[in-house]
Amino acid sequence: MENFKTDFKKTLKNNNLSEKEIAFKNLNAKEFSSHGFPNRKDEDWKFSDINQIIKKEIGELNFYNEQLKKIEIDKDILLNEIEHNKLFFVNGQLVQIDFNSEDKGKIEFLDNQNNIDEQLADNSLINLNNALSNKSYKLLIKKNYQIKKPLIIYHTTKSELKSQSINFKINFVLEENSSLKLIDFVKDKGNKNFINIFYNFSLEKNSILKNYKIDQFENDNIRYMFNNIKQSSNSVSETFYLSKGSTFSKNEIFCDLKGEHSSAFVNGIFSLNKSKHHEIKAKINHLVENTKSYQLVKSVLENKSRSVYQGKIYVDSKAQKTDGYQLSKAILVDETTEFNAKPELEIYADDVKCSHGSASGSLDENSIFYLMSRGLSYKEARELLINGFLVEVINQITDESIKKLIKNLYGLKNEY
Amino acid sequence: MREKELEKLKDYKYGFSTDIENFKAPKGLNEDVIKFISNIKKEPKWLLDWRLKAYNRVKVLKEPNWQKPKYPKIDYQDLYYYSAPKSFKEKPKSLDELDPKLIETYNKLGIPLNEQKRLNGIAVDAVFDSVSVATTFKDTLTEKGIIFCSISEAIQKHPDLVKKYLGSVIPITDHYFATLNSAVFTDGSFVYIPPGVRCPMELSTYFRINASDTGQFERTLIIADKGSYVSYLEGCTAPMRDENQLHAANVELIALDDAEIKYSTVQNWYPGDKDGKGGIYNFVTKRGLCKGKNSKISWTQVETGSAITWKYPSCILQGDNSVGEFYSIAITNNHQKADTGTKMIHLGKNTKSKIISKGISAGFSDMTYRGLVDISPKSSNSSNYTQCDSLLMGNKCGAHTIPYIKNKNANSNIAHEATTSKISDEQLHYCQQRGLNSEEAVSLIVNGFCKEVLQQLPMEFAVEAQKLVGISLEGSVG
Repeated sequence: MENFKTDFKKTLKNNNLSEKEIAFKNLNAKEFSSHGFPNRKDEDWKFSDINQIIKKEIGELNFYNEQLKKIEIDKDILLNEIEHNKLFFVNGQLVQIDFNSEDKGKIEFLDNQNNIDEQLADNSLINLNNALSNKSYKLLIKKNYQIKKPLIIYHTTKSELKSQSINFKINFVLEENSSLKLIDFVKDKGNKNFINIFYNFSLEKNSILKNYKIDQFENDNIRYMFNNIKQSSNSVSETFYLSKGSTFSKNEIFCDLKGEHSSAFVNGIFSLNKSKHHEIKAKINHLVENTKSYQLVKSVLENKSRSVYQGKIYVDSKAQKTDGYQLSKAILVDETTEFNAKPELEIYADDVKCSHGSASGSLDENSIFYLMSRGLSYKEARELLINGFLVEVINQITDESIKKLIKNLYGLKNEY
Repeated sequence: MREKELEKLKDYKYGFSTDIENFKAPKGLNEDVIKFISNIKKEPKWLLDWRLKAYNRVKVLKEPNWQKPKYPKIDYQDLYYYSAPKSFKEKPKSLDELDPKLIETYNKLGIPLNEQKRLNGIAVDAVFDSVSVATTFKDTLTEKGIIFCSISEAIQKHPDLVKKYLGSVIPITDHYFATLNSAVFTDGSFVYIPPGVRCPMELSTYFRINASDTGQFERTLIIADKGSYVSYLEGCTAPMRDENQLHAANVELIALDDAEIKYSTVQNWYPGDKDGKGGIYNFVTKRGLCKGKNSKISWTQVETGSAITWKYPSCILQGDNSVGEFYSIAITNNHQKADTGTKMIHLGKNTKSKIISKGISAGFSDMTYRGLVDISPKSSNSSNYTQCDSLLMGNKCGAHTIPYIKNKNANSNIAHEATTSKISDEQLHYCQQRGLNSEEAVSLIVNGFCKEVLQQLPMEFAVEAQKLVGISLEGSVG
């Protein structure tokens, strides 16, 4: 905590902040220093003690992130398979903005927004983010505009970066009838950093958000991503997680369905090995009538890895005719793995259809036998079963070109 | 005729209190009160030491606060920890010496203590406030070598058994209420089934809280030795009072090799009135240990009473091939609250567990299923199946499901399912079209919803429970 206090002072000094911002940062810093990193005593972190994990994997963190003057983009990181818009973050610093594929005046990107929330968050990592992140970014998609090409946000770090805490925040506003396809693409060269990213989405009437988060490549970082989504009537949000590469990752989604006929879809894959520990925590709040949510999370766990799924469906007493569904499944490939789940329902309305299911177990020996008796090797049979198990989630992706991209990245052939 | 019957049952029919002179320990929780309890029961020194050790821990422990139903702070110093009918200062030797008022109370509750009057073969241990007043059918059971008596009697007559097993499943290092119980428990039942014996009748305890301002802390200990079988029933009622009363019992079950224990509860404590005033706080710790190979423990509970029910009958599946089962119906109406479920802790190989939970909430009530399934790394080839369904009536009540699932073994399977729904208009319409009125229709549908659990209960109980399900929901649909 001593580190945090001195680094926080430096952060305040070296950024151009208004008095209000400073007050807000101070408040958040105070909140964070009194709680510290969450540990297993916090119900939300029961299965993933991030305090311990940071201590073990990183040790002392630097909280002050120096802004470098000149950073070059590593060309090998770019995804060339698909035409796209870019926001390129290196070490938490925005270095390239590219919306060349889109109509002028339909999209607005601002990088000097006052970084103040209306309410103090009851989440010490959000407090940390608010205290340390610089100005916040804002992306506005104007009324009736459907984005033509997906926007890829690159999350990268330089190989020199170590033991650094990276925090930033982006607010997305989708005006009426607009749509956004957003890919978060993680490719790190730096190791043992703590990366804390906070997104706010405001979805107005009839807008559509598709967010795909891809953490495919092996890296030693600890990652926390929080999506806070507010949905008006008829809006749709689709969130997909490919949770694979980082040492530790927790993706949290908090979604308020505030308008009638709005719907939220959360799909995720954990494909873990080598002692990795990943978590998805979703809370969907059905606040008005006729809303829908769907969650599907599948894990394949090998070699001391561990996955956690905490999903909660909350149905307010006003939210009649809610349709809520949750399913989590896990294959524990070997003896050393662990799957934890807490699928919760909290329901105050009677005319609803809510259910959840969870199943975990080993690969089905009978199926392997079936495939082997038809000439496949053990390895092939196993791979076929695991891929078939996971591809069901990827097939939920509604955007064909992105579905193809993700299958490619994951190494699945197209016939799946 | 039917209408009349329903009218009579509308209110809590066990709500009367017996005017009987009581003999109480001084109010408050302190070392002297514990010594007083221990002294009056003529307990050996090891037990007093054990109680005091537990008390020392209570002093530093904090009450848990993670539960969904919150309650006003309990003033533990404002409670009586021991209350017994005055006539019990010298324990009566037979039923003939028992205070007629007590016999009458139990007759009113439908539990005649006189053996000849009993038609069904159930042996009863009747607990009134802090003491056990009578145990029936003792002779028949003694013939088989079965010990069925109050725990106070067992401490005197079978100290070795008690010393060996008391606290072996719920140690004094447990959570607040369990430890409090260890410090101040007054009475309860003790059952020991010798090896290879199949208990010829249902054993049953009937708990009754009568005195006001009294906490009831009883302790039940059931041991099924190798290859034995026992089915045990528990029922409970309390008078209608405006204040809340605390009931913090501990139940420990131990099943050795090849033994089976079936534990059924029909819990009908006073739930408080329509506005949520009064009622029992039912904070009970129930835990079973499948200690031996091939052992089995099965919990069945029908929870309709209490202002707040907060309990998780659990199974620790330690022996290889052991089986744990949990069947539950929890019904909350008016302002009742329940946070109940189970824990299945798989430690041995090839262990199996099954959880069927049905929750029904109506009125302004709140129902939570909270459960844990934990399969440890060494418990290979184990499996669990969980199903929890909730039924909501109206939009002023809540139904919640909070399962914790931990799988640390690749050769084990866990499956969990949960649904929440309401009684559909089609179902109601179908029944009404065939001549049932709306309440009968609801009762029929609810009974169907609960059937999987009701059929686990012993015959006599099943009938009673079925009625109870209907009554508890009275007036919840209009």
